[in-house]
Amino acid sequence: MGATVRICVTVNGERRESEVEARTLLVYWLREELGLTGTHVGCDTTNCGACTVHMNGESVKSCTVLAAQADGAEVTTIEGLAPEGGLHPLQDAFWEKHGLQCGFCTPGMIMAAADLLQRNPNPTDDEIRHGLEGNLCRCTGYHNIVKAVKAAAANEVPA
Amino acid sequence: MTSVGQALKRKEDPRMITGRGYYTEDIQLPGMLYAVIVRSPEAHATITSIDTSAAKERDGVVAVYTGEDLAGDFAGPLPMVWAPPGVEINTPEHWPLKRGEVKHVGDPVAVVVATSRTAAFDAADDVIVDYDPKPVVVDPEQALEDGSPLVWDSFGTNKTHEWAVAGGDFEAAEAEAEVTVEARYVNHRTSGAPIEPRCSVAEARAEKLTLYSTTQIPHIARFVLSGMLGIAEDKLRVVAPDVGGGFGAKLQVYAEEALVLALAKRLGRPVKWTETRSEHMTTSHHGRDQISYVTLTAKRDGTVTGCRARIIADLGAYQQLLTPFIPTLGFPVMGGCYAIPSIDLHFTGVFTNKMPTDAIRGAGRPEATYWIELTMDKLARELGMDPLELRRKNFVRKEQFPFETALGIVYDSGDYHGSLDRLLENFDLDEFRSEQAGLREQGIHRGVGFSTYVEVCGLAPSRAVGPQGVGLQAAFYESANVRVTPTGSAIVYSGISPHGQGLDTSFAQIAGDILGIDPQNVEILHGDTDQGAWGWDTYGSRSLSVGGEALARAARKVQDKAKRICAALLEAAPEDIELTDGKYQVKGSPDKSMTMAEISGAAHIPPAELPADIEPGLEESSFYDPENFVFPFGAHACVVDVDAETGKVSVVRYVAVDDCGPAINPMLIDGQVHGGITHAIGQALYEQVVYDEDGQLVTGTFVDYALPTAAEVPGFETDRTETPSPTNSLGVKGIGEAGTIAATPAVTAAVMDALQPLGVLWLDMPLTPVRVYEAIQAAQGNGAGPPSSQQGVRLDEHGRGSAGSGPTAPDEGGAS
Repeated sequence: MGATVRICVTVNGERRESEVEARTLLVYWLREELGLTGTHVGCDTTNCGACTVHMNGESVKSCTVLAAQADGAEVTTIEGLAPEGGLHPLQDAFWEKHGLQCGFCTPGMIMAAADLLQRNPNPTDDEIRHGLEGNLCRCTGYHNIVKAVKAAAANEVPA
Repeated sequence: MTSVGQALKRKEDPRMITGRGYYTEDIQLPGMLYAVIVRSPEAHATITSIDTSAAKERDGVVAVYTGEDLAGDFAGPLPMVWAPPGVEINTPEHWPLKRGEVKHVGDPVAVVVATSRTAAFDAADDVIVDYDPKPVVVDPEQALEDGSPLVWDSFGTNKTHEWAVAGGDFEAAEAEAEVTVEARYVNHRTSGAPIEPRCSVAEARAEKLTLYSTTQIPHIARFVLSGMLGIAEDKLRVVAPDVGGGFGAKLQVYAEEALVLALAKRLGRPVKWTETRSEHMTTSHHGRDQISYVTLTAKRDGTVTGCRARIIADLGAYQQLLTPFIPTLGFPVMGGCYAIPSIDLHFTGVFTNKMPTDAIRGAGRPEATYWIELTMDKLARELGMDPLELRRKNFVRKEQFPFETALGIVYDSGDYHGSLDRLLENFDLDEFRSEQAGLREQGIHRGVGFSTYVEVCGLAPSRAVGPQGVGLQAAFYESANVRVTPTGSAIVYSGISPHGQGLDTSFAQIAGDILGIDPQNVEILHGDTDQGAWGWDTYGSRSLSVGGEALARAARKVQDKAKRICAALLEAAPEDIELTDGKYQVKGSPDKSMTMAEISGAAHIPPAELPADIEPGLEESSFYDPENFVFPFGAHACVVDVDAETGKVSVVRYVAVDDCGPAINPMLIDGQVHGGITHAIGQALYEQVVYDEDGQLVTGTFVDYALPTAAEVPGFETDRTETPSPTNSLGVKGIGEAGTIAATPAVTAAVMDALQPLGVLWLDMPLTPVRVYEAIQAAQGNGAGPPSSQQGVRLDEHGRGSAGSGPTAPDEGGAS
């Protein structure tokens, strides 16, 4: 084990402290240390976006952030997007509009879409498509993902 | 109200949208170890030495094994299961870790097992392997030439096999032809690229091994892997948890699955291996990679009289599960939607120093559809005929179904004219042509392409595909077990293994209607070989038409028994009980009725004595092997804009009419069509697995291998016709691959239509900006333009581009 770092991160509203190897990527800390397996790893090159989470309110690809960089930050994962037992409007919209098939890209896609709607609450189709360029889906052809984001926006998703 | 036909929201989704899905990589077992594989950086070489000593000394390393170390752990190699009668297929031994020689970049040579992922990666870097490089061949046509480097010296040739099928008299058609068109097509190598990489976790508890794996085929995997490990099938359980997309890439039994099982058995601890994306690009099987030489013969009036194809399939360095069979899989629909009286097909498989090819979404049928549709376009140009008119003239007519093709294949049902008519109701071609003319005057290059397709799916039937048919050493029936619990829920075990298709929902709709149970209370279980009956898993758009039919049959048996119990309790005749609005009631006496919960309660805990011939419980099974394939069909139109300044192609409109029989859940059908078309747009415009001449993989990441993003595809306009299949009682056909099969010719034809005024007559896929730009420049007499960054592209003196070897220009072919 290489050099370690002590980190303290607020994850989904809960303070989590940990001693991590300095090179540990945020995504592996979330998945393997905290058991938050909703955040996925789909590539090695920051292309697919399956690992997207929010850090201090903005979407980041957690495969390209060191856990050490998240020290002191607030991180929200798909598991914390809505209160336990409830659904965020985007989660509801993805279900309603069939915005997922295998579900593997879905958590990252929803987290990226949530960030998009915070910045642009009423996006056009084109803005949605360009806004989600950093997230790959192999199943849906994106058609219903765009519909879901539109639907969530129309329901006045909380900023 | 029946549930079938409704756009029921998916039962799978609540866990997936909240991050509670359960994928193989999510599994962590006590004491679990991590495996990382040391792979060959050489495309072809002799391993001269492997030094594992430094790796073994690293912290956290539990073991490092080479192929020699594990030679005794496997009773057999990775299998290939096609044995066509009368044809010998050169099939090298293919072991999970290589000894002696490596045959492609990424070939596994050693495995490191450590207590953490990072320790395993670090140690893998310390395994020192010396290689003595050997000559490499990557081009399949060069591989067939005399004097080519050999991938396998022992066979004395790079040719793996030849296979042919013919019907009607093509030679006579050629001799009598008034018009003949010929063309060469390259259908380039692609990757399945599901967003979930492969992952396998193996666990050994006493004699029992369990493998959790990202597989489409848990049953087949158990069958194969128990044999490879030399253990009885009951000692191996294979589980496919939530699987994050497959697209054929997970229709395989991989070396890594066998390896983690052997390691868990050896070490007595669970072992996980997770593929990196680069490993996926390098060592998850590829698809396509065919060169087709096509000839169509016709009369002047447009009647097509013959079709011949000579197909060269680049199979890579080994034969995986279905490698040599896949190019052949499209043969039943080579000839397309057309009543062509003579068809003559010949396939040659070739070894090269590349990753093996195998099934990727569509598997042989996209290639077949690509060449028949584009050659029909070419024939239309040659005849000066409207390409859609030419299609209409040659379509199998509605009244001809079931239609036996020249190859003896029986197309089950269809309405190809109706499908094209419906497309043109959605897409006004006259309006488009006038808009196109206006845009051309403004320098905007817009084009349209059409594809009218028929595909063959629903694999099954065993008699056609199995040992008595084309020779796969397997069967293709499907199974289902339907159990109603004492309180009236249904638990259904299916032999299929979905990985994103939504079958937990559509199967619940089918079973729920037949049983009289709300689909929300029908649980569909699958993907675990220790549960339910034997099945043959999910691929070839078979889940619904084979697995769904098996389920319907088992559910009907349960319904029959429920009626008998109900009749006994209500003192009526079983034939007088009918299921209406979720109630089993006596005909003509709606007040005398029972719910399934009441009947099932009585079946498990009888309130009164039931007739002696009624066994306790409420559970039935069915095994179903269809009589024929099913043949979905449709008509697609694609509109593109080409930016002549940059060569960039944009798909601006896509209209699809598909027919997969009656819809079980129309929302799921649309979703499959959207995804299928996008997969094909990816192949047509962006995606290509590229090896350089040394056999080095150039496209090893998502940076180089470009999947379409949301910004690269339009919204899709989908419509359906519904022509039931007579093959199964539900009338259903498959839809999972249809979009991928239909769309590459539509996209390609649209680009060619847009480029036609610029003098570019033909380009092979993928139609990347560089390839299109260079072709435009060359056609305009501007030289070759800026240096090409796209490996493998060559332009001939007419500015026509090609991928792979040699010029490729359908418009150069002879026309007489």
